[in-house]
Amino acid sequence: MSADHAVASHDTHTTSTGLSNVKLGMWLFLGSECLLFGGLISTYMLYRGRVGTGPTPMQVFDIPFTSVSSFVLLMSSLTMVLGVSAAHKGDDRNTYLWVAVTALLGATFVGGQVYEFTAFYNEGMGFTTSLFTSSFYVLTGFHGVHVTVGIIMLMSTLGIMKRSKVPGSKSETIEMLGLYWHFVDIVWIIIFTLIYLIPV
Amino acid sequence: MAIIERPSVTTTPAVIAPATPSSSLGTLRRPVTTGGWKAWLFTVDHKKLGIMYMATALFFFIVGGLEAVLIRLQLAAPNGKVLNADLYNQMFTMHATTMVFLFVMPMAAGLANYFIPLQIGARDVAFPRINAFSFWALLFGGIFINLSWFLGGAADGGWFMYAPNSGPVFSPSHGIDFWALGLQITGISSLAGAVNLITTVLNMRAPGMKLMRMPVFTWLQLVVQFLLLFAVPVITVALFLLSFQRNFGATFFDVAAGADPLLWQHLFWIFGHPEVYILILPSFGIISEVLPVFARKPLFGYPFVVFSGAAIGFVGWGVWAHHMFASGLGPVSVAVFSIATMAIAVPTGVKIVNWTLTLWGGKLVYTAAMKFAIGLIVLFTIGGLSGVTHSVAPSDTQQTDTYYIVAHFHYVLFGGAIFGLFSGFYYWWPKVFGKLLNERLGSWNFWFMVIGMNMTFGPMHILGLQGQPRRMYQWTEARAGEGFFNLGFWNLIASIGSLVLTFGILLFLINVVITTRKGQVAPLDPWNARSLEWMTSNPPKEHNFDSIPTVHHLDEFFHRKYQEDANGVMQQVKTAEEVLKELEDNADAHIHMPSPSYWPIVLALGMPVLAFGVIYSIPVAIFGAVVILFGAYGWAIEPSTAPDDDIDPPTESGTSMGVAHVS
Repeated sequence: MSADHAVASHDTHTTSTGLSNVKLGMWLFLGSECLLFGGLISTYMLYRGRVGTGPTPMQVFDIPFTSVSSFVLLMSSLTMVLGVSAAHKGDDRNTYLWVAVTALLGATFVGGQVYEFTAFYNEGMGFTTSLFTSSFYVLTGFHGVHVTVGIIMLMSTLGIMKRSKVPGSKSETIEMLGLYWHFVDIVWIIIFTLIYLIPV
Repeated sequence: MAIIERPSVTTTPAVIAPATPSSSLGTLRRPVTTGGWKAWLFTVDHKKLGIMYMATALFFFIVGGLEAVLIRLQLAAPNGKVLNADLYNQMFTMHATTMVFLFVMPMAAGLANYFIPLQIGARDVAFPRINAFSFWALLFGGIFINLSWFLGGAADGGWFMYAPNSGPVFSPSHGIDFWALGLQITGISSLAGAVNLITTVLNMRAPGMKLMRMPVFTWLQLVVQFLLLFAVPVITVALFLLSFQRNFGATFFDVAAGADPLLWQHLFWIFGHPEVYILILPSFGIISEVLPVFARKPLFGYPFVVFSGAAIGFVGWGVWAHHMFASGLGPVSVAVFSIATMAIAVPTGVKIVNWTLTLWGGKLVYTAAMKFAIGLIVLFTIGGLSGVTHSVAPSDTQQTDTYYIVAHFHYVLFGGAIFGLFSGFYYWWPKVFGKLLNERLGSWNFWFMVIGMNMTFGPMHILGLQGQPRRMYQWTEARAGEGFFNLGFWNLIASIGSLVLTFGILLFLINVVITTRKGQVAPLDPWNARSLEWMTSNPPKEHNFDSIPTVHHLDEFFHRKYQEDANGVMQQVKTAEEVLKELEDNADAHIHMPSPSYWPIVLALGMPVLAFGVIYSIPVAIFGAVVILFGAYGWAIEPSTAPDDDIDPPTESGTSMGVAHVS
């Protein structure tokens, strides 16, 4: 691992900005993701009132339920911070712990989303029922996929770390996962506000 | 990750030996760089990838060119019988798609790949494996889109694929499915490339290479990569919505279901307008390198060229709706976008002035590269002026969907983007391949292209103002008009012009073949150039520079060769050979280059399989997803640079560092 540390520190010292390549690249990628969600959110905002003969948003949404799952997702940002902090201190035990808890909270959120989608579907809100339902499923679905990818990355990193095979700096890898995770959380705050809290 | 230099006592320039297979890493062993095709297939070297990008782009240029010739043959005479209406729709759609996404963009990406690291004094890009992935994704995406020709017909809704033509009712074949999914794949390629190249430019500059000492080509490519970074995700959303509509029954653009077809237009053009600057700015960068070299003067107003490029990058986001003046946006929107469009002509005009004043008073050398650069200034200005006429909304509503539009964008894209790229071919060919393209053939190449291009696209102004619709597949003698404005006459001229143009491009291909077989070996500094990429051998070594130069000036290479004498006149103090010798004498002892990898091509290969499955069968899609996952895991656990214990055979007791001497 010593070679890997040398690689990482050397990398950081020689870049023109002082940020490591990985970190700068991650920020750029997240900047790009903003426009992806921007496009999806715009589509939803345009179509949220176009319910046709299907249910309206306020008929199907279970706001207390979604508020709880949103709270769970926000708490996962806290545990992610604790994980990143432990990784920076080189505290492997707590890194594993908090990263695993983060993944678990994320999975709880995704589980809640699956439950919610199933309930909506049973109430007659299919993907093609109306423009509102299509754009709702596409927007929340894209977000759900982002959370799922995040969970897979967190768990995979844990598995790879157990085998001591993380190339590069371990703490930086965890930090990058943290950046991605917080981004996905922030996007959910916006989506939750726009979809569930603003009445149509 | 980046390149690691290791301090050492020896002074012999040396490169760490390529890694040998090691079973300790993932499922596949790390590839060994032998020679031959494997060295290309698994390479992460930015120069090899740049060449592959450009070869791919050139291939698609020929494909797109043949499609254009078929279109012109169809329109050469009344009641054309070369293509039927359906095939004609496919032809113009795929011509535009191919030229935009599979020729100009990858060609510019290839040049960026090859020259950005060289121009900023780096040994590779920031993420070499992502770079390889970007290339393979582009190639597979391009092949995927074109597969539709053989599987029931290509996309036929026009390159901006408006609803309702993009819906299953008007386009029942799988063409648009291939188109939408293929463009997702090339979009991922562009996005990964943008992250990579921006990081490279911001993070990996040589000591002393401040932002305002960067060559203009690198600067404008930086602007282009930012445009890609923010524009590609918008078309990604639009294409996803389109795919969901066509494959999963959604109705995002179906007016009958209450949808708003303008949603597609907005999403498409929020991407599409930055896209036109993505196409043209690389060429602006190229001629900003070429003109000073062959005018024997520094670029006039370097900061103006840079900042006007950045200004285009910003204002380019506020003009998209000028593509939609005829769609009934309302007077306020139309006025705003009209004024913004007039405003964006200013930074472009600034550049034209700067280039012209670079030529002013210079000792002009009319090489082929220089001719193409001057050709760009003239032809792009014509196209720019017709563009300004479009910014006037009342005039634009008359011109929308006529040949006048076709004339305009071919002047800016052919006369602008493509002439710039050809200028770059002639200028940089000796750098990439070590041989000079034949100048005499180059001159013929240029003149045939200029004449052909003006014959083809010039008459389209007249055709358009006479009202010939843009996508009409046949015209009839009865409605062709009389005298000077006879549509038949100008259509025929345009068609003959397209053959002249084709011949001009053929001359370039002949030039390439002749040069490759028995071309003149290029001297180290054939053009008396100014920027860092010339401060290394032709072609450059794998590690680019024996020692990373410290930069003190804009036009560093020039300032190492020339210094002011007592009278303030620039005098040559060193030859290029002497400058290079200095670098070689101070060579870094050990240079650790990124190691080749299987994973980029594996990961990229999964994507078209997944897309194919989305269209035809879900199990195939799942298989594609598994390939992607397999590639991603292999990638994640493979260090980008082979660790020392992965290098075989171990040499020098204790260090286990394999050292290969640079030949």
